[in-house]
Amino acid sequence: MEGSATKTASTLPPPRAESWFAAKLRNIAPFVTLIFLVALFSIASPSFATLDNLNNILQQISVTGIMAVGLTFVILTAEIDLSVASVANATGVVVAFFTAQDNSVNIANVPLAGWAAILIAIASSAALGAITAVGMTVIGIPSFIMTLAMLQIGAGICALLVRGQIAYAVPKLVATLGNGSLGPVPWIILVAAFVLAAAHVVLTYTRFGRYVYMVGGNREAAEYSGVNVRAIVAAVMIISALCSGLAGMLGVAHFGSAQQDEFDNYLLDSISAVVVGGTSLFGGQGGIGNTIVGLLVLGVLNNGLDHVNIDSFLKILIRGLILLAALIVNVYAQRLRSRRRAAAS
Amino acid sequence: MRAPPPLLKLTGIEKRFGGVVALRGVDFHLHAGEIHGLAGENGAGKSTLMKIIAGVHTDYSGGMELDGRPVRFRSARDALAAGIGMVHQELSIVPELTVAENVLLGAQPTNRLGLVNWRRMMTEAADHLQSLGISVDVRTPIGALPLGLQQMIEIARVIFSGARIIILDEPTSALSPPEIERLFELLRQLRAQGRSMIFISHFLDDILRICDAVTVFRNGQKVASSATAAIDKMWMIDHMIGAGHQELEESYLGEFQLKSRTHAPVVLEAEGLCVRGAFEDIRLQVHAGEVLGLYGFMGSGQLELTRSLFGKLPPERGRVRISGKEVRITSTAVAKRAGLAFLPESRRSMLFATEPVYRNISISILERLSPLWVKPATERAIAHEQVSALRIRPPNVELAVGTLSGGNQQKVALARWLTHLPHVLLLNEPTRGMDVGAKEDVVRIVRDLSARGVGVLVASTEPETVLALADRILVMKKGRIVHEFAEEAVSKDRLLAAA
Repeated sequence: MEGSATKTASTLPPPRAESWFAAKLRNIAPFVTLIFLVALFSIASPSFATLDNLNNILQQISVTGIMAVGLTFVILTAEIDLSVASVANATGVVVAFFTAQDNSVNIANVPLAGWAAILIAIASSAALGAITAVGMTVIGIPSFIMTLAMLQIGAGICALLVRGQIAYAVPKLVATLGNGSLGPVPWIILVAAFVLAAAHVVLTYTRFGRYVYMVGGNREAAEYSGVNVRAIVAAVMIISALCSGLAGMLGVAHFGSAQQDEFDNYLLDSISAVVVGGTSLFGGQGGIGNTIVGLLVLGVLNNGLDHVNIDSFLKILIRGLILLAALIVNVYAQRLRSRRRAAAS
Repeated sequence: MRAPPPLLKLTGIEKRFGGVVALRGVDFHLHAGEIHGLAGENGAGKSTLMKIIAGVHTDYSGGMELDGRPVRFRSARDALAAGIGMVHQELSIVPELTVAENVLLGAQPTNRLGLVNWRRMMTEAADHLQSLGISVDVRTPIGALPLGLQQMIEIARVIFSGARIIILDEPTSALSPPEIERLFELLRQLRAQGRSMIFISHFLDDILRICDAVTVFRNGQKVASSATAAIDKMWMIDHMIGAGHQELEESYLGEFQLKSRTHAPVVLEAEGLCVRGAFEDIRLQVHAGEVLGLYGFMGSGQLELTRSLFGKLPPERGRVRISGKEVRITSTAVAKRAGLAFLPESRRSMLFATEPVYRNISISILERLSPLWVKPATERAIAHEQVSALRIRPPNVELAVGTLSGGNQQKVALARWLTHLPHVLLLNEPTRGMDVGAKEDVVRIVRDLSARGVGVLVASTEPETVLALADRILVMKKGRIVHEFAEEAVSKDRLLAAA
C-alpha cells in the first residue's frame, strides 16, 4: 500500500480541461470582459470605435497606468500600497514648487533649474517610498496601515507646499512628456508604454522579478530558500513610490495644474486596474500583461459610458459593480487553485 | 481490581480513516477519582480514542457508557455537556484576552441588556481560580503569563464548564520541572474532589509519578493495562514496542553501531545558544562529513534549534561558528551566505506549490546563475540533472511541484541544496510521512552528501529517522541536550529511555 503513493503520482493524468480553465481563469475573464465591452460600445455608439477615440482612451489611462505598474509589483508580493495617489500628488506639487511660477501664483516657491526640480521631485518620491519600506521591513508595520499613514503624509506635504493655491508651471521636460506629442502620438502614452514594457521585462526576465513572484507565492518558502524577503519587499515599495512620482509629475503637466487633492480618484483606479486585470491579491500570480488588460477594461468602460450618454451618476455605480465582479473572479480563481493544491498534496 | 463500576466504560471501539484502521476492538475503563495514563508510540491510537471520548470523532463503532448509561456524543459540545472536557497540547486560549475572559469564555455573565457584566466576570473567575489554588491577577492578558500557568487556567476553564472527566494531551511536554510540580499538585487536588483525568504522555516518568493506572496502546490496540504501583518504565516500553513480536522487537532492540567522524574539521559549532521558550544553553559541534542526529519528543526544542541556526528564529544568545568563522545569524539570507542550508519539517512551507519543479530547484542558487537576467534554459538543465540523479517522479521539470507526491516533493526541496554544496545541511524530519522507497532514497541522498564532506544535522521526533541517518546522536529534552550517543551501539529503546 505504501509504494502505491509514488505510483499514482507518476501516472498522474495530464491536467484536464477543467483544471486548465481554473488555472487560466484569472487571465481569461478580464480579456473576455474587455472584448465584450469593446463590442458593446462599438455597436452602441458610432463615435466609439475610432482612432481618435483610441488615442483618447490611451491618454486617459496613461497616468493611472504608470501608477498601476508600481502597484503591480507591490500586489505581486501580496502587499498593498494605498499611498500611490498621494505620493503622486506630492511629487507633482514638489516639482511645481521648485519651478518658477507666474506672478499671479501666490506660493512661496523656490525656483530652480528644471533638471534640479525634477531631481528633487524624484528624490522625494523615492524618500517617501523608503520611509514606507523601513516602516514595513524594519519596524514591522503591515503595509495596509503603513501606506495609509503615508497617504496622509503625502497629502500633508501637498497642503504645506501649495497652501490652497494652484501652481501651473512645471519644468519644460515634464511639460513635454506630460502634455506634448510626438507626431500624432502624445508623449504620455509613449512614457506609459515604456514604463509598462520595462516593468514587464524586469518581472519576467530578471532575478529580481523572479524573487518578486516567489515572495508573493510563498513568503515562508522564499525565506527558507535564503531569499532576502525584506529586501525584496522594501524594493517593491520604493519602485511603487517612484512610479507614483513619475505619474504625479506627468499628471500635473497633463492636467495643466498642481494642487491639493487632484489625484484623489487615482488610488482606486490604479488598484482596480491591477485587480480587474487578474493579478492575485494573495500574491505570486499575474503580472504586467494582466495590468494592461485591466487598464484597458477601466479605460474603455469610463470612455464608453460617456459615448453612450449614460447618467453620470449611474456610471459610478457601474464601475463599482465591475470591480466587484473582478474581485469575485479573483477570489474564486484563488479558491479553485488552492483546492487543486490541497487535492494534490 | 476496584469494586465500584467504572465511571466511563468503552467496549469494542473500532475506528477507521478511509481504509486505515486506527483503532481495533478497544476496551477502556476509567474510574471516578482516578488519573489514568495512556502510553504508546505516535500513531498507536491514543489520540484517536481520546477524540472519540471527547466527541470530536463521531463515526466509530463500539459502545460507550457514562455512569452506566449508554452515550453517543455528536460533538465536542455534547461531550462537554455530559461532563467530558479535553485540554489539547495546543492550548485553545485567546492570548489577547484577560485571564477572566478566557476562564469564562462563552459563558460570560451578562446583564439584562445582554452586555457583559465585567465586575461579576472578574470576581467569578477569581473565585473559581482561587478555589483551585491558582493565584493570578484575572485582569492580565493570558498571553503574558508563563505557559504552565496558561495551561492550568485552561484546565480551570474546562472544569468551570462542568467537566468531571478531563483529558490532558501531553500536558507536561512544554513545562519546566517546577511548573510540572505545580500542575501535578492541581491534578491531585482535582482527584481528591472526585474528578477523573486521562493523562496522555510520551514522558513515561511523568505517567509513573502522577497516574494511578496506565494503559498502553500499540498499532490501534490496547495491549496492556495495570495499576502504576505494580509496574516500571521498562514494563511500559516493553508493551509499547511489543515484546514477543519478533520484527517489531528487532526494530526497537536492533542495534545501530555509531561511528564518529570527529577527526574531520568542525564545520558548525554552537555555544550557549538560546531562544526563550524553545531551547537553552545548546552546545554542539558538527564535523565535515558527519551526520549528527538530534532526537527528542515533540516540543523538546530540536526542530526549533535547526530553524534558529538557519536564521528563521534568530538565536537570542550564544555564538555560532561556521567552518571556523563566527557568524551572527540574523536572517535566512545571512545563514545561506555563510554556507548553511535548511529543509523545514513542513513541505508546504518550503515549496512553491504552483511553480514548476525547475523554479523550485533553482530558487536558492539564482544569485549564482543570474546576476541580472534569469536563464530558464540553464535552470531547466540543472533541474533535469537533479531530477534524474534523485529519481524524482514524474521526471518532468515543468510540472507544478504541488502535483508531486510527498516523497518526490521532499526530493525537489533537497535538490535545491545539491547543486552548490553547503557547508552544513540542517534537516527537520526529513523522512516524515513518506513511503518506504522514498525514505530509502532520502537516506541515500543524505549519506551521499556526507560522503562528499557536508556536515549534516538531522532533527527529528522519530527514532527511526535518527537511527537510520546519524553517526552520532544528541538527545534533547525540554529544550536542553541531555545525552550523547557516540561510538557505541544504540537501539530505539535506549533512545526512548534517554529522552
